Amino acid sequence: MDEAIHVRLPLRHTGFALDLDLALPTRGISALYGPSGSGKTSCLRAIAGLDRVANGYVAIGEEVWQDESRPVFVPAHRRAVGYVFQEPSLFAHLSVRENLDYGHRRAGRPTGIDPPGIVEMLGIGTLLDRRPQALSGGERQRVAIARALMSQPRLLLLDEPLAALDSARKAEILPYLARLHDTLAVPAIYVSHALEEVAQLADHLVLLGDGQRVQSGPLAPMLARLDLAAAFRDDPGVVVATTVAAHDDTDHLSRLDFPGGQLFVARRPEPSGHRLRYRIHARDVSLTLRKPEATSILNVMRAKVTGRAETDTPAYLLVRLQAGDTLLLARISRRSWQSLQLASGVEVWVQIKSAALLG
Amino acid sequence: MLSAADLAALWLTLKLATTVTLLLFVLGTPVAWWLARSRSRWRHPLSALVALPLVLPPTVLGFYLLVAFGPHGPIGTLTQALGIGLLSFTFPGLVIASMLYSMPFVIQPLRNAFEAIGERPLEVAATLRAGPLDRFVSVALPLSRRGFVTAGVLGFAHTVGEFGVVLMIGGNIPQSTRVVSVQIFDHVEALQYGQAHALAGGLMVFSFLVLLAVYGTQPRLRSF
Repeated sequence: MDEAIHVRLPLRHTGFALDLDLALPTRGISALYGPSGSGKTSCLRAIAGLDRVANGYVAIGEEVWQDESRPVFVPAHRRAVGYVFQEPSLFAHLSVRENLDYGHRRAGRPTGIDPPGIVEMLGIGTLLDRRPQALSGGERQRVAIARALMSQPRLLLLDEPLAALDSARKAEILPYLARLHDTLAVPAIYVSHALEEVAQLADHLVLLGDGQRVQSGPLAPMLARLDLAAAFRDDPGVVVATTVAAHDDTDHLSRLDFPGGQLFVARRPEPSGHRLRYRIHARDVSLTLRKPEATSILNVMRAKVTGRAETDTPAYLLVRLQAGDTLLLARISRRSWQSLQLASGVEVWVQIKSAALLG
Repeated sequence: MLSAADLAALWLTLKLATTVTLLLFVLGTPVAWWLARSRSRWRHPLSALVALPLVLPPTVLGFYLLVAFGPHGPIGTLTQALGIGLLSFTFPGLVIASMLYSMPFVIQPLRNAFEAIGERPLEVAATLRAGPLDRFVSVALPLSRRGFVTAGVLGFAHTVGEFGVVLMIGGNIPQSTRVVSVQIFDHVEALQYGQAHALAGGLMVFSFLVLLAVYGTQPRLRSF
């Protein structure tokens, strides 16, 4: 049985044409990443059935929601989706509890979900008797997410749920989204134009660029693709999924393992076996030909050069490296590339100056 | 102070205004909803038609209704064929005329309220499994509560205050079509200023209190 989410949408607006043809995994979070006006929201609305795109096709597993060749169009209220809109859209005439119950009741109070668990996970237990007007923007958005989950959706659609919030509120909600990702089995499509959010949450990345070429694939290899570097122009870098391996309390360090290497970071509170996602910016990676003997940098590993690309600045190049199963990007100067006589296949030592924890 | 005829006129006026307001809620709500939501090109002609009683002199409306209700008018022919008889100079005729006359005062506030809700809450409800009728009842109606209060008060008050249409279509039949505004007119014509004062003053105080109650109890526009 085919369990993927299939979406085929010929999106047409004035001066805008995008032929989306996506097959997304039914596990984890898929991010739709692209600049504003690239059709991300139109795509989500069509999947939810809020808009009917001519000649569109939407199916989740064996359940077809739209197929204009037959023609089939299941109205929005008969699709098991949870939709979280960009701006918190709680019903102003209902309390938080009643808001949560709205979809829960209409979905027939499904037994497959755990309402107290959802309330607990999103930290809204103390807000239940409040009115939406009495909540902060971040609290409203958490309630909106919980409300969407309460109807036991087969697919959760998140349309830039953090875009309307200031950075402090964003930081407040991101951990909840990360918990959602770790604890829930429901697949989600997350629309965003913020690479930081995507790097933290997504497992699968769909890149909607200026052109009509849509790229799609698992997050880590996508981020390390040189041909896509232009899309992440402001901040190229990779994401590595690590596991806490050991703690060193003398030096206050923790060792994190990942396929192809290990990272030493300042002592983490998490126990061994805990998974942590780190982002390594290309600007924090430097290369040497010989193993650095006397260096203050802790994280040094062997890797092979597998390619290079130009950057916005003529002085710099983006170099792709393979360390075991993990791909890395380094931003080095053109002069260094020449003086080290680098080329594809050359073995180098990689020095990672810092890695940023993602939630 | 108030004569039996005055009280009868008052009672008739309240009965008329209540009937008209309730009927306009029932018939005006779908029209207002359609006007607020539809993108049809018939939206503008219908809007203009609904607003027509605002600008027409009541005598024009009353005149055409009188003709239509008459023995040779389209409505008169129909009501006679149905065995109801003629509607002019009857209470039902007065109700229909008043509904037309007060229609914009009910439909316009409802339409504004429906438009103010916007698409978003209805879309949210749709993604939470609420069908079209469910969305209307569970989201649109409660969110436009203020619009219903305004529409009800304006429709009721406007019906209480009408004079021209009533005189044209209903005449001046005690117990049946003689409403307060007509009764006041009669008092003034008969130079019974004291009785005119009692009714007119009473109406003024009543109207003021109703409006005060509405403005006083309406919650301030919430920000959300």
